[in-house]
Parts: sequence; C-alpha cells; structure tokens
Amino acid sequence: MSSKIKTPLEETVDSARRGFIQKTAAVTAAVTLAPGVILHQAQAKPADEPVSSAQRWGMLIDANKCAEGCTACVDGCNKEHNLEGHGRPETDAQWIRKVSVKNRSTGYSFTLPMMCQHCETAPCVDVCPTGASFKRVDGIVLVDKHICIGCRYCMMACPYKARSFIHEDTDDQMPYAPRGKGTVESCTLCVHRVDKDGEDAVPACAEACINDGHEAIVFGDLKNPNSRISKSLKKYGGTQIRADLGLNPGVRYWGVS
Amino acid sequence: MLLLALLLAACGGQPPEPPKAVRQFSDTQACVEPVADMRKNHMEYILHQRDETVHAGVRTRKHSFEECINCHVAPREDGSYPSAGSNDHFCSSCHSYAAVKIDCFQCHNDNPVRPSMLSAGNANYHTEVTDNLVVLEKQEEGGKL
Amino acid sequence: MKKKIHYSTIDGNSVGFYALVAILGLVVAIGLGAAYYMEHHGHWVTGMNNQIVWGMPHVFAIFLIVAASGALNVASIGSVFKKYLYKPLARLSAILAIVLLAGGLMVLVLDLGHPDRLIVAMTYYNFKSIFAWNIYLYTGFFAIVAVYIWTMMDRTVYEHSRKVGIFAFIWRLALTTGTGSIFGFLVAKQHFDAAIMAPMFVIMSFSFGLAIYLLVLLYAYRWTGRPLGDIVVNRLKNLLGVFVAAVLYFVVVKHLTSLYATEHHGVEKFILMDGGIYTFLFWVVQIGLGSILPLVILFTSLSKSRAMIILASILVIIGGMAQIYVILIGGQAYPLVMFPGMEVSSTFFDGVVGQYSPTLPEALLGFGGVAVALLAVTFAIKVLRFLPESLADNVIDPHFVTEKEAG
Repeated sequence: MSSKIKTPLEETVDSARRGFIQKTAAVTAAVTLAPGVILHQAQAKPADEPVSSAQRWGMLIDANKCAEGCTACVDGCNKEHNLEGHGRPETDAQWIRKVSVKNRSTGYSFTLPMMCQHCETAPCVDVCPTGASFKRVDGIVLVDKHICIGCRYCMMACPYKARSFIHEDTDDQMPYAPRGKGTVESCTLCVHRVDKDGEDAVPACAEACINDGHEAIVFGDLKNPNSRISKSLKKYGGTQIRADLGLNPGVRYWGVS
Repeated sequence: MLLLALLLAACGGQPPEPPKAVRQFSDTQACVEPVADMRKNHMEYILHQRDETVHAGVRTRKHSFEECINCHVAPREDGSYPSAGSNDHFCSSCHSYAAVKIDCFQCHNDNPVRPSMLSAGNANYHTEVTDNLVVLEKQEEGGKL
Repeated sequence: MKKKIHYSTIDGNSVGFYALVAILGLVVAIGLGAAYYMEHHGHWVTGMNNQIVWGMPHVFAIFLIVAASGALNVASIGSVFKKYLYKPLARLSAILAIVLLAGGLMVLVLDLGHPDRLIVAMTYYNFKSIFAWNIYLYTGFFAIVAVYIWTMMDRTVYEHSRKVGIFAFIWRLALTTGTGSIFGFLVAKQHFDAAIMAPMFVIMSFSFGLAIYLLVLLYAYRWTGRPLGDIVVNRLKNLLGVFVAAVLYFVVVKHLTSLYATEHHGVEKFILMDGGIYTFLFWVVQIGLGSILPLVILFTSLSKSRAMIILASILVIIGGMAQIYVILIGGQAYPLVMFPGMEVSSTFFDGVVGQYSPTLPEALLGFGGVAVALLAVTFAIKVLRFLPESLADNVIDPHFVTEKEAG
C-alpha cells in the first residue's frame, strides 16, 4: 500500500527545488533591486495584519524520501529554536523526532519525522484549562507560554506525544522562540517564518531536509487549491496518522503504511 | 543601632539610574512613545503586543519586546552584556528598586540576539530569521539605524 | 427516649494534642520544602519526565480530591436520605470533605510548572476544558459545604440544612464525575478513554472517603475519650464493605469491557500480566490487600474488633492509592499506539514502556497534602463544635436497651 510511485515524487522533488530556487532568487532580488526598502513577496501578509482563516498551513511528508538514520530535520529544528539539551533524554525537549516503524506482518519498515500534527480539532486545545494551548485561525497550534500554568494536561491528551515540558532553566533563547522552565512547548510550524514569508515559507526542518538532499517535507497552504501541497494531496491522497480519531491533522504523510 | 542605620541606608537608596539606550528611536523622539508615557505604561504596550503577536501573528516592531531589549540592554565597557537580575541590566535596575517582580526573562532572552529592525519609519517591519543578509545590507545602505 | 445530641469542641490542651499538631505541622513544612525544591530546580529532579507527565503528587492529589467528595457522603445519607442515625455524624463529614479537598488541591497546585500563576488559572478560562470546569466545581464545593456546615450548626437556619444538603450531594456527584472525566475524556491514551471512568470515580470516592472518615472518627473518639458505640461503627463498617464491593464490581466491568475490544488487548495485557510494578500493584495491592482482604474483615466476625476495622480502613486507603497509581501512571507508561500493528522506536521513547520511579520530594509533597487535611480537621474540631459529646449506643438509638436496664 506504500505510495512508492516514481512520477509524483519526482514531480514534487522538482517542484520543491523550483520553489526553493525561486525563493532564494526572490530574496536575492529584494536585496539587489531595492536596498533599504524591502519588497514583500506576494503571498506574505504585512506585519501589522493579523493571520487569516483563508489559509490553513500544513505539511506533506514523504516517508519514502526520509532516509534511515538521517536527523537533518531534527538538527535543523534544534538549531533554529536553540533547543539545547542537558544530556537527559527523558526530560529534554524534542519538538521533532525521527520515528522508525516496522510493519509486523509484512516486515516493511520506514522512518518518518514526527512532530505536532497541528490538528484541526486538537485535543491539547480542548483540554487546556487556561486557553494557553490554542489554534491560530490559520491552523497553527501553539502554546501561549504567558498563560501556561504547566499542568501538562495537554501532554496527556496529545495522541502524537508531540509536546515537551520544559523541566529546567533555559537561557540563550532565540527571540522568535521564547521558552522557559515550567511551561509546555511543541513544534510551532516555524510560525515566525510563516508570518514573514507566507506561502513561500520553508520551516527549518524542511529547509534542513532540502539542504541534505532529501526534500521529504513540503510546507504549504491546504486551503489554496493551487498550492503544491494541495495539488499533491488531491492527486495522490495522503495519510493522516491516527485518522481514526478524526482530528484532521495539518500534517499528512506518504509511504507510512 | 548599626542595624537600624544600615536599614535606613538601604531604605533611603537613590532612585535607579537605568543604563542609557544604545540609540534613539528618531531624531525627535527618544523611545517609541514619549518617555513619560513609556515609564508609566510600558507594560501595557508590551502586554498588548504580546497577545497580538502570539495569537494573531502581528509582527510589527514598534512595541516588540525584542526591540526593547535590542535598544535598552546596552553592552558594558568590556563588550559583555548584563544579564537580567544584575543592576546594570536596564529592566532589573528599575524593577529591583520598585520591587516589582517580572517573569519575562524566564522565557525571553535578556540580551540582544539579532540586529535591530526598528527605526522610526520602519516600525511595521517584519521579523527576519534566515535573511539576516537582508538586514545587514539594509543597515549598510540605510546608515543610521 | 432518644437523648438529645450535644456537640462540643475538644479540649485540645493535652500533650498528645500538641504532639499531634507538631508532627502534622512538621510534615506540612517538609512537604512545602519539597515543593520549593522541585520548583526551584525544575521538574527534572523529580521522577516525572516527558513520558510520565503526572506522577506521585497527582496520585496523592487525585486520591484526596476523590476522597473529599466521598467523605461528604455520611452527611448526605443523613440529610438527603433521612437516615437519622447519620445526622450526628454529619458535621465531621462535611468539615472532612473541605479539608481533604484543600489538601488535594494544595498538592495539585504546588506540582504545576507555574504555581505562581494560580491567578492566571483563575482568570483565563477555556470552557471546553474539563480542568476549567473542575476549578469551578472545586471552589463551588468549598462554598456549598461551608454553607451546609453553617445550616447544620446554626439553629436559626437549621430548617434549610436539608435543601443545602441535597444541593451539596448533587454538587459532589458532579465534582467526582468531573475528576473521573479528566481521564475519561482523553482520546489519546488506551487505558483512560472510557465513559465508565466517571461513575467508577464516584464509587471510588464513596469507598475512600468513608475509609478516611471511619479512621478519623475512631481516633478522634479514642484520643478524646468520648464514647463511640457499636451501632454507629458497625453501620459505617458495613457500608464501607458495600462500597468496597461496588468498586470491585466497576473494576471488573471496566477490564472486561476492555478485554472484549481487540484494540485494548495490548494495554490490558500490560496492566494485568506484563506490567511489572503495575501488575503487582493491581493484583496484590489493589485487588488483594485493598479489596478482598477488607471485604473478608468487614463481613466476618473479624470486624468485631475495632483494631480490625481500623486495619480494613487503612487497607482500603492503600488499595485506593494503588488503584489510582495503576490507572494514572500505568496508563501513561503504556506506549501510545500511533501505528497500530507496527513496531515503533525513536529517541523520544516511542513504542517503549515509560519509566517512572517516584522520588522522595514527590512523596513528601503528597504526604504534606495529607497532613494539611489532618491538621485542618484537628484545628477545626478544637475551635468549633463538630463532634457530638457521645455517640454511645443509647444516645444514638431510641430503642437501645442496655443490659442493666433490661435487668
């Protein structure tokens, strides 16, 4: 049942490459053409505009392209958000992790990155007593650490084990990724990049994956029928992990059955 | 008697002299809002911006917490930056005097990390993440920031 | 003729009283110190981690909260169901409910990542969260039971005590339903996601609350030298036996239901057979020591001895703690089923049983909560008239005839 079909994958590779090259070109153009004045790219919203429900951000992850033993996405995420560990794997935060899966009956095995699935009806959002765990109107599930009381009920509720509790003091936080002891955190879908670049954003994990030559992660707008992710899903479908729960996650997979 | 004297000395401490910001917001205005307003209401601005940014993705720079730090947390003479809690840190200098406990720095970095993207004409500027190149370019071209 | 019930405060000036207060105070202080230690260093110094996010403090907290609503039952039986034998027992029942809830909540709050943000928990609400409902249920419980105590103690408002008592009874059922639903509403965990959790927690509260009530009653009367007759004690111990049996029934039904559904075979096998400490706690402590043995004691001639009734009550409490430990921590330890039928592994402990061993500070915080409850009830019966001067058989029962009177 795995979607090891060559054509769509190659198509996505090409399109991912194109997108990446285009983006790089656009940035370069902005620098050279208009120094001192930054031209926003067409899809990105102005900084003072709130996010809109016209978008729903998501990711399509092709497990067929995800290399065994490769941790580029994890490293990229840790670097981006400065998730320095303390050498204590039980309590250190992991926003994204590589999961190895083996089908007991067929013996088929694969590996995939697992992170917050940015559910449409997220259990973590439902159970949070203060509303600190919330979903932005554009579908990104976040923790408002200002009102998180550290009860960890969201961690109990998450079917993907996507959340980490910050067990000790932190320092050297990145300005766009504040994090501190006693609160819960998880993948933000690189919300700071999304707010800046909109549909052209490339989350840190996807960027690292591209740089490593795998291009297994595609980011995009699930509501835009012309986005790469929507077209790919429309043409070849996609798997939701724990689809039985009906949570409609924003992260979809290929090659995970 | 000695204890009492010490106590009195402690109580009669001078009002704090917070370190000077590294630059002015504009030629005519020291901070993003009038200084008297900021002294009284800075927390309101920060709180408002906090909710706007976290929940609605508004990324303007004018009342951004990061830009407060960028401007107000100045390096010492040896180039190192004071950390929150020490008296030469802008926020702590006043907050320890006023005995108002803040928990901002449990999560937020107390030192500048990225080049500032704030200037009087550019308060709506986006956050920059990967494209620091652009920022540097901008700083070179724009001269004074 | 039935004698009038007289309530009075305890003297509370004996060496024993002050020793009790001092010991309980010390345990509270140690508990608070443990909480400070855990908060200061962060939760990595506890046994809790990103796999087992709720640990020993939550076992204590949930036990105390569940027992709190159960402790009110004695009063409810008197007010709501008009069993007059229980009326003199009602005041102690109500104050015990309040202090147990306070102790449980203290443990719960002090284990938060940010106990300093209690004000946030009180001002920001997400009404879809069962936790947020519980904040209302808990604070409402304090208020209602306080009013209930007032109506029982003040003659001028005594006529309202039944109405308030009925309301308190309904509220406490809602409260325990809310506590049980903390687990019942979790779709992610195989061991939790079941509607039976709520009624099972209600019946657990009957059992745990009554066991604590019996212990407090027996020791309060023993240490103050007040008469406590067999009629009251036997009625309560028989009731405890019924409740223990009822809990056992719910446990059986829950596991049978799970065993029937193939998707739950994994977690049932884990809890019932391969779970190591969880299997041991389930069969030996919860079922053996905490259910079967108390039933044998309570429903045989063994229970003629007060010491045996005390033992049975303690066993019910230990069994109850084990039950909550198995539900709470066993349920978390069993790995999430993300890919049914597949073997899963990762650096984040996917597919493996979560490791948890409670640390000393966690247990000390838990005992601190218990001590807060006991200290508060000790103080309460010293300053207000909660305890009848006598619960002797001839005081309780109008038809009681002593051997002497019978000639």
